[in-house]
Amino acid sequence: MSRLVSIHKGLDIRLQGLAEKQLKILPNSRIICISPLDFHGLNPKLLVKEGDSVKIGDPLFFDKTNEALQFVTPASGTVKSIIRGEKRKILQVLIETSENQEYKNGSAEDVSKLSSEELKTKMLACGLWPFIKQRPIDVIADQNQEPKAIFVSAFDSSPLAPDYNFILEGREEDLQTGFNALCKLTKGKVHLNIDAKNDSALFSNIKGVEINKFAGKHPAGNVGTQIHHIDPINKGEYIWTINIQDLVIIGNYFNTGKLNARRTIALSGSEVSEPQYYNVLIGTNLDGILKGKVKGNHVRFISGNVLTGDQKQQNDYLGYYHNQITVIPEGDNYKFFLTKGWLGLGFDKFSNSRLFPTFLLPKSKQFVLDTNTNGEERAFVVTGELERVFPFDIFPMQLVKAAMTKDIDGMENLGIYEVAPEDFALCEYVCTTKINIQDEIRKGLDIVAEECL
Amino acid sequence: MEPNFVKGAKYEKWNPLFETIATFAFTPKLVTTKGAHIRDGVDLKRTMMMVIIALIPCLLFGIYNTGHWQMVAELGNRNLPFWENGLNKFWNGSLIVLPLIVVSYGVGLGIEFIFGMLRGHSLHEGFLVSGMLIPLTMPADVPLWMVGVATAFAVIIGKEIFGGTGMNIINVALTARAFLFFAYPTSMSGDKVWMAGTETTKVDGFTGSTALGDLATFMSDKPVFQNLNGFTSEYTLSESFIGMIPGSVGETSTLACLIGAGILLITGVGSLRIMASFFVGGLAMGLLLNLMGGNPYFELPAVYHLVIGSFAFGAIFMATDPVSAAQTAKGKLVYGFLGGLLAILIRVLNPAYPEGVMLAILFMNISAPIIDYYVIQGNINRRLKRIKTA
Repeated sequence: MSRLVSIHKGLDIRLQGLAEKQLKILPNSRIICISPLDFHGLNPKLLVKEGDSVKIGDPLFFDKTNEALQFVTPASGTVKSIIRGEKRKILQVLIETSENQEYKNGSAEDVSKLSSEELKTKMLACGLWPFIKQRPIDVIADQNQEPKAIFVSAFDSSPLAPDYNFILEGREEDLQTGFNALCKLTKGKVHLNIDAKNDSALFSNIKGVEINKFAGKHPAGNVGTQIHHIDPINKGEYIWTINIQDLVIIGNYFNTGKLNARRTIALSGSEVSEPQYYNVLIGTNLDGILKGKVKGNHVRFISGNVLTGDQKQQNDYLGYYHNQITVIPEGDNYKFFLTKGWLGLGFDKFSNSRLFPTFLLPKSKQFVLDTNTNGEERAFVVTGELERVFPFDIFPMQLVKAAMTKDIDGMENLGIYEVAPEDFALCEYVCTTKINIQDEIRKGLDIVAEECL
Repeated sequence: MEPNFVKGAKYEKWNPLFETIATFAFTPKLVTTKGAHIRDGVDLKRTMMMVIIALIPCLLFGIYNTGHWQMVAELGNRNLPFWENGLNKFWNGSLIVLPLIVVSYGVGLGIEFIFGMLRGHSLHEGFLVSGMLIPLTMPADVPLWMVGVATAFAVIIGKEIFGGTGMNIINVALTARAFLFFAYPTSMSGDKVWMAGTETTKVDGFTGSTALGDLATFMSDKPVFQNLNGFTSEYTLSESFIGMIPGSVGETSTLACLIGAGILLITGVGSLRIMASFFVGGLAMGLLLNLMGGNPYFELPAVYHLVIGSFAFGAIFMATDPVSAAQTAKGKLVYGFLGGLLAILIRVLNPAYPEGVMLAILFMNISAPIIDYYVIQGNINRRLKRIKTA
């Protein structure tokens, strides 16, 4: 019996440049990159050196604090270079892909015959584990903890988000195997949360899981919102989450014995000339996708969506967890106050407040937004605006203030264990103060992780 | 121009001033660096500007009303027709009100700039609203130097020592008013201050008293009116609603305040919760006093309380100041209701203070953190309970 949850708070930011439902399969880019920086809090130790040849599934580095956790290469070839930053911090491991892709030895396995421990060991060794993340703290799951449930969101509600119904068409088998694996990892339930508006057989036929429907604006598709409304996290409890496309990679591995770390991403945004879907390898070079597709000459490339993604250059690489590339105009120009600035009419400004006439415009109108902050940083003055886009039984402003002041008791009391930085993305968008709220929450989570867990 | 003001350049210490002017004229070219790559169009400048726009009806009506009562005091005739000789009244009113505004902004912004330069940040917008509110809460006859002193006190003690815009505990404009009220009571209350020129009028026996002042005499041995009917024919409900009565510059017209409230609510700047619950609180106290009865002031129809004095102005522009008000949704309801309740309670039961709105809001400003504390504690307890039941 599926449950329907309606989310009443939130905001759908209506941007131009939604990807057309056309798929292009791209060959592996010449260089791919796995960056330890994509895994928050990771302390990497290299297992390869420059010039080594690697096969798909060979480990590149592991976590010093959790040695079983290995990060593998999704392509075969040679390790071209290892780029380090200050204090020799490893920034990127670049791999030059070979013509013939060779897989490390592996074989298909029947998940149902594996024990939970065997499954974990297997996933850790063959590089599937980093896909599984945990709440609280929003980092790669600690395999030694017992999760009370596992949550998978089958849809993404963020701006210009990819449509998983389209992406995962025909992958029923891998999906089911993936969910079978998840069911082995927890004694609790596995929740599959689907979009109430777009209820496809693809997801509703999955067996062995609890299906919940979510309706409402963004962040209805965020797994954090879903956890809060189905089975909120208390101190000392763990919940694991995984992106549904990553789950398919896991399912595919157990069905074929090969690591096919390819995913379909949406190329979107107002500055893209032909927004559509591409099937690429994890860590692919962005230039191969973007070349000739970018309209403006002063744009921002974002791996991920506009609310939570990472800023990249055109020759950078796709982030490990990202299912989307967004290109929007840069906003580093002055705006005269009466025309485009703070006192202008503002028909071009998408605002959740009613200070701009956005709320009078038809709901079909889509906007081109740039990266300008539209104002300078200020103290918190306006109240109640974060609450309007934050569908949690948590006081967002108070929690952000507790995080900013490093008030550990305050954060614990106000519900820091239930949130991840991405849950505050909309708050950050609407906030008059222009404070980087996600960053403050991340710092708060790091303190809590160090002091309390 | 900008390179002259950046760090290390010749005019570095003047950067806050430069930045203030530059960011006023142009939204700066700052871009997002972390987190969300796009940001909402709102900023504090626009938010504050909306409040100023919402104050314009009060300001315009206040100027006219000030001009009218100045003429009344000059001629000694309280029954002077309100809408006659309009241009003349507006002109005279401007000559009284505009200097108040100039002094308030001049002193306030000057101090803000000094603090901004000491702290190395540009002007934060909070005072743009306070600077307009201060003159609107003053009696027309207040000496300009007092306005300057009060503004300085409010900005320094009420706000900057706590850290500036967004950090103050009590409403800045009301701090200015309260300072004058207690430091120079003779210039802030009584029946000589509400109409410009009352003291110099040559007409014998003329009194420049207000509705509240007259009402308060019901609580003494020598009431101005024999009974309530005398009062209600002097100050009719409709005249009081429109604001054709003496009082502080901007507070008299409930109608103008309601237009302002409309602007604040449509744009979402003002809190409907606070405004509505403040009015409900005031009405509830008024009705309670009606029930008790036994004194003409107690028996004054409760609706009257909402349209005379500064009740509407306080509810709409002062109590809703988001920094000093309660910050949680439930807290706002409690805060507004108690504020309205207290305002009428002080007004009626304490003859020393004919108007209770200012004191009620200041008291609620101080209580707001406690209200929020209990609301937030409720949320925390819910979370703790979840662990116990799980």
